[in-house]
Amino acid sequence: MSQHSLYQEMILDHSKRPRNFRALAEANRKADGFNRLCGDKVTVFVRLEGDVIRDLSFQGSGCAISTASASLLTEVLKGKTQAEAERIFHKFHDLVTGKSHPEAEEMGKLAVFSGVSEYPARVKCASLAWHTLQAALHQEPAATGTAAPQPVSTE
Amino acid sequence: MSANQAPISAPLPASNAGERRRANAYDVEAIRRDFPILRELIHGKPLVYLDNANTTQKPELVIEAEAGFYRHDCSNIHRAVYLLGERATEAYEGARRKAQAFINAAHEYEIIFTRGTTEAINLVASSFSRMTLQPGDEVLITGMEHHSNIVPWQLACESTGAKLRVVPITNEGEIVLEDFERSMNARTKLVSVVHVSNALGTINPVKTIVEMAHNRGIPVLVDGAQSTPHQPIDVQALGCDFFALSSHKMYGPTGIGVLYGRGELLEKMPPYQGGGDMISSVTFEKTLYNDLPYKFEAGTPNIAGTVAFGAAIDYLTTIGMDRVAAHEATLLEHARRLFDGMKGIRIIGAARERGGVFSFMLDGVHPHDVATLLDAEGIAVRAGHHCAQPVMDRFGVPATTRASFGLYNTTAEIDALADGIEKVKEMFR
Ligand SMILES: Cc1ncc(COP(=O)(O)O)c(C=O)c1O
Repeated sequence: MSQHSLYQEMILDHSKRPRNFRALAEANRKADGFNRLCGDKVTVFVRLEGDVIRDLSFQGSGCAISTASASLLTEVLKGKTQAEAERIFHKFHDLVTGKSHPEAEEMGKLAVFSGVSEYPARVKCASLAWHTLQAALHQEPAATGTAAPQPVSTE
Repeated sequence: MSANQAPISAPLPASNAGERRRANAYDVEAIRRDFPILRELIHGKPLVYLDNANTTQKPELVIEAEAGFYRHDCSNIHRAVYLLGERATEAYEGARRKAQAFINAAHEYEIIFTRGTTEAINLVASSFSRMTLQPGDEVLITGMEHHSNIVPWQLACESTGAKLRVVPITNEGEIVLEDFERSMNARTKLVSVVHVSNALGTINPVKTIVEMAHNRGIPVLVDGAQSTPHQPIDVQALGCDFFALSSHKMYGPTGIGVLYGRGELLEKMPPYQGGGDMISSVTFEKTLYNDLPYKFEAGTPNIAGTVAFGAAIDYLTTIGMDRVAAHEATLLEHARRLFDGMKGIRIIGAARERGGVFSFMLDGVHPHDVATLLDAEGIAVRAGHHCAQPVMDRFGVPATTRASFGLYNTTAEIDALADGIEKVKEMFR
């Protein structure tokens, strides 16, 4: 079990000590995500300046895979433009659904999620925060502090 | 019974091997050999199947009965005049008599075949409600119901203006009978209660509940999905008016189950679905419905599955449900000894009367991670809300990991579960 393809060291580390795990007072975008199947909940906060994700953070509760994925998302996407974030999301999605290999693309740290593709039931865990971020970015600049009326679901 | 039914014949005699087994001590290794899937390797390890509350594995003779029907007897039922049709009808009706004997129903026509427990409850929720429920009436359930004993009543209440009332559960996962008594009133038209909770393992005192409800003239439905596979059932002794069960939780095939209903009630209830077999004559002006049980069995049913379900009942009868119950009680006892004092684990559900269902939380580890890591050890458990979200909410957890025992499980497998849990804890330390 120690060399489990899914539970890589970095994933365990981020699940136990998630980075950017807080509410963001200066956020001007925010969305809630919910995985009906396992009850995982995530809120993603974004400080968007022009086209650039100046800062982002998350809160919530979930399994190791969804927590680590949200944590790494906040690390990887900070400072990226919306278009870059979109592109990385698609690459990440291809990776966890087994449509691409971690070596094939410059996935960086996100390559630790390549094992997810062997566990189709866990793809939703890995992608919950990403879908939620997308919803936050596509949403009209909203008054923060109010939850999006319809939480994002990965179903 | 309509004229084209095959005559009643005696149930199949148990095999000699079965007789011998019955006479001897409970031989779990011999039972395990009856189940081909238990020879599977999962990630290179022997399968430890502990998800029996979800569905059970099938013995060879059940698999053979289903295949055998297609190989030798396949035809539609209740309408073919040739020999195959007679054989198919006889096999199908034979399964009904086996189900009748298994739960000790008074009459064969009180056994209605459905797709499972869910459809059985929906049948009552739809038909009985149309007949009975008025605006302001109440249907009473408990806080530990499976979604299939909640949502059909919500639908029924929505369409009739009736109200759904819920008896709360305690921190131990029990219902308090005084609460139950207080929740009934003159507007209560039906009580629907789970016999054994799939999320908590609680065994409810349904006989007492039935008595309390009957004192007020209220009929009772018992959701027996999780009790029928684990203990002897006698619907007449329980006194319930309806009883629902699923074959796939009883070592039989999926897609078949039973609604037992007391004859007088079923007679009065309107049909659930319309179609072939449920009628005695159809004109565009007026249709006459068939007799029980066919009034509630519209269309061509799951014939092969029903026949194989009959084989599963024979299998359980041969082993003896009292002996299954005793074996599983030793498994639960063993699990309790291992887990009750274990550090970092919280058991959800501590009812005094409990079946072989073990729902737990590991500190700091999400149930889905537990289940994925146990799977790597060949151990199949369920993680999730177990189709009982109100139960999860009641205990303030998003989900649990659940191990649930069956007649082929061994204490060694529960040891393997405990070892697996230790490994998970180690990894997340
Ligand atoms: C207590 C209980 N009721 C009802 C059901 C529904 O059974 P089925 O899905 O076979 O219709 C289940 C299945 O998990 C159950 O555990």
